[in-house]
Amino acid sequence: MADGIVVRDLNAWFGAAHVLHGIGVTIAPKAVTAVIGPSGCGKSTFIRCLNRMHEVVPGARVTGSVLVEGMDVYAPGLDPVQVRRKIGMVFQKPNPFPTMSVFDNVVAGLRLGGVRERSVLDEAAERALRQAALWDEVKDQLGKSGVSLSGGQQQRVCIARALAVEPEVLLMDEPCSALDPIATAKIEELILELRSTLTIVIVTHNMQQAARVSETTGFFLLGELIEFGVTRQLFTNPHDKRTEDYITGRFG
Amino acid sequence: MTPRSRRVVNVVMSWLAAAAAGLVVLPLLLILAFLLWQGASAVNVDFFAHLPKPVGEVGGGMANAIVGTLILLTLAAILGLPIGILGGLYLAESRDRRLPWVARFLADVLNGVPSIVVGIFAYTVIVLPMRRFSALAGGFALAVIMLPIVVRTSEELVRLVPASLREAALALGIPQWKVLLRVVLPTARAGIITGVMVAIARVAGETAPLLFTAFGNRFWHQGLDQPIAALPLQIFAYAIAPYDDWHRQAWAGALVLIGLVFVVSFAARLATSGRFTGVR
Repeated sequence: MADGIVVRDLNAWFGAAHVLHGIGVTIAPKAVTAVIGPSGCGKSTFIRCLNRMHEVVPGARVTGSVLVEGMDVYAPGLDPVQVRRKIGMVFQKPNPFPTMSVFDNVVAGLRLGGVRERSVLDEAAERALRQAALWDEVKDQLGKSGVSLSGGQQQRVCIARALAVEPEVLLMDEPCSALDPIATAKIEELILELRSTLTIVIVTHNMQQAARVSETTGFFLLGELIEFGVTRQLFTNPHDKRTEDYITGRFG
Repeated sequence: MTPRSRRVVNVVMSWLAAAAAGLVVLPLLLILAFLLWQGASAVNVDFFAHLPKPVGEVGGGMANAIVGTLILLTLAAILGLPIGILGGLYLAESRDRRLPWVARFLADVLNGVPSIVVGIFAYTVIVLPMRRFSALAGGFALAVIMLPIVVRTSEELVRLVPASLREAALALGIPQWKVLLRVVLPTARAGIITGVMVAIARVAGETAPLLFTAFGNRFWHQGLDQPIAALPLQIFAYAIAPYDDWHRQAWAGALVLIGLVFVVSFAARLATSGRFTGVR
């Protein structure tokens, strides 16, 4: 069932603060969708609702429905662990596990999920690192600490770690905000290569980045989805005055 | 202030601060020096290899007490560390407000309970029902003393593990309990080990709680349900005895006890510093 992500009437709270208001959107499969908007508009919360990471924060609450590739993410009785296994996530700051080597980091999801066979792990590590365009750089230092690499390499280790469990969807929460332009360019290149196999949702503060990597873009403001459409159209000819104000730099 | 007087004040204050730092380590250095002076002459192969000699005979050693202390510390670690570390993990991770607050408060109170009271407690719950002094009772008493130290340091160190690592692990679809045991605890490992070493060093020298639990023994270890020798007990017994030879052996015992703590800490550090470490 390649039907992407269907979100209906999604509301989210942090304690008493209502941070997402009735979001409804359909995200295309095997494509890159960018989520833009000013700080605090709810874009990170939105993607964290897609893999049930929002509820990890004490006091957080969600209503509404999310279907990811046909799976009802908020089905009663469904273990969030099952959801997160199908949906990978990459965070703002590279966060490799400091007690693990590069190799152990990449296969952490598999190994802690119960996979023991060395050959399976070896294969998965190489495949994921190749997908993350990191294999040639680190193949001789797989035993080194994950935190000994450069920031850009660490972030690609984190991407490889997410890819190693073969998710159907990859969520990226401002994955380049802690990286320099060269490392950023590498990650963007990587996103363009991955989109044929994965559904990617990327939150970004950088509008040029959204324009470069995505087919579709959503603009969030104050917890509402203001506009959602083809990226080129949204940036050149937005329907909503608020979108136009934001992309032309009148606020935010 | 003229530039000159400012420089003078700077120099004076720097020296005062350095002197304060020196005073902090002075007691330790004095104790070590005094122990070496008094005890080094009695530390010889016999001391490590032989049982105490009967009163009146010269020579003999404290081999049984050294082994006894190691057994007691091992027992205390087996009983106290798993509970202490997992308890600390709970205190750091629980979202509940009430129970952790109460547990934390009680742990701090337990930390302040005089060790002889812990000895009476062990006497009541283990020695009386078993109708005999035993290594087990001694190990239990030491474990109770270790517990609050291990709980609180483990909690502090688990708290230092960045939330971003937990999130990364959870987002990989790893169940919460595995995230805690395989990602969070290993990241806090180096620091927790330091805390554990502090706790072991603290109980290694405890005498009062062993008086009516382990009781002491002039012979080799005879089973966990039997009275067992311990260095602090032996030092105590020898130090208050009226024989010069025993006094020398008591000094030697104190020196060996300090050396033991040092070696255990050092070995644990070496054994765990090989792989990549997280927070310290």
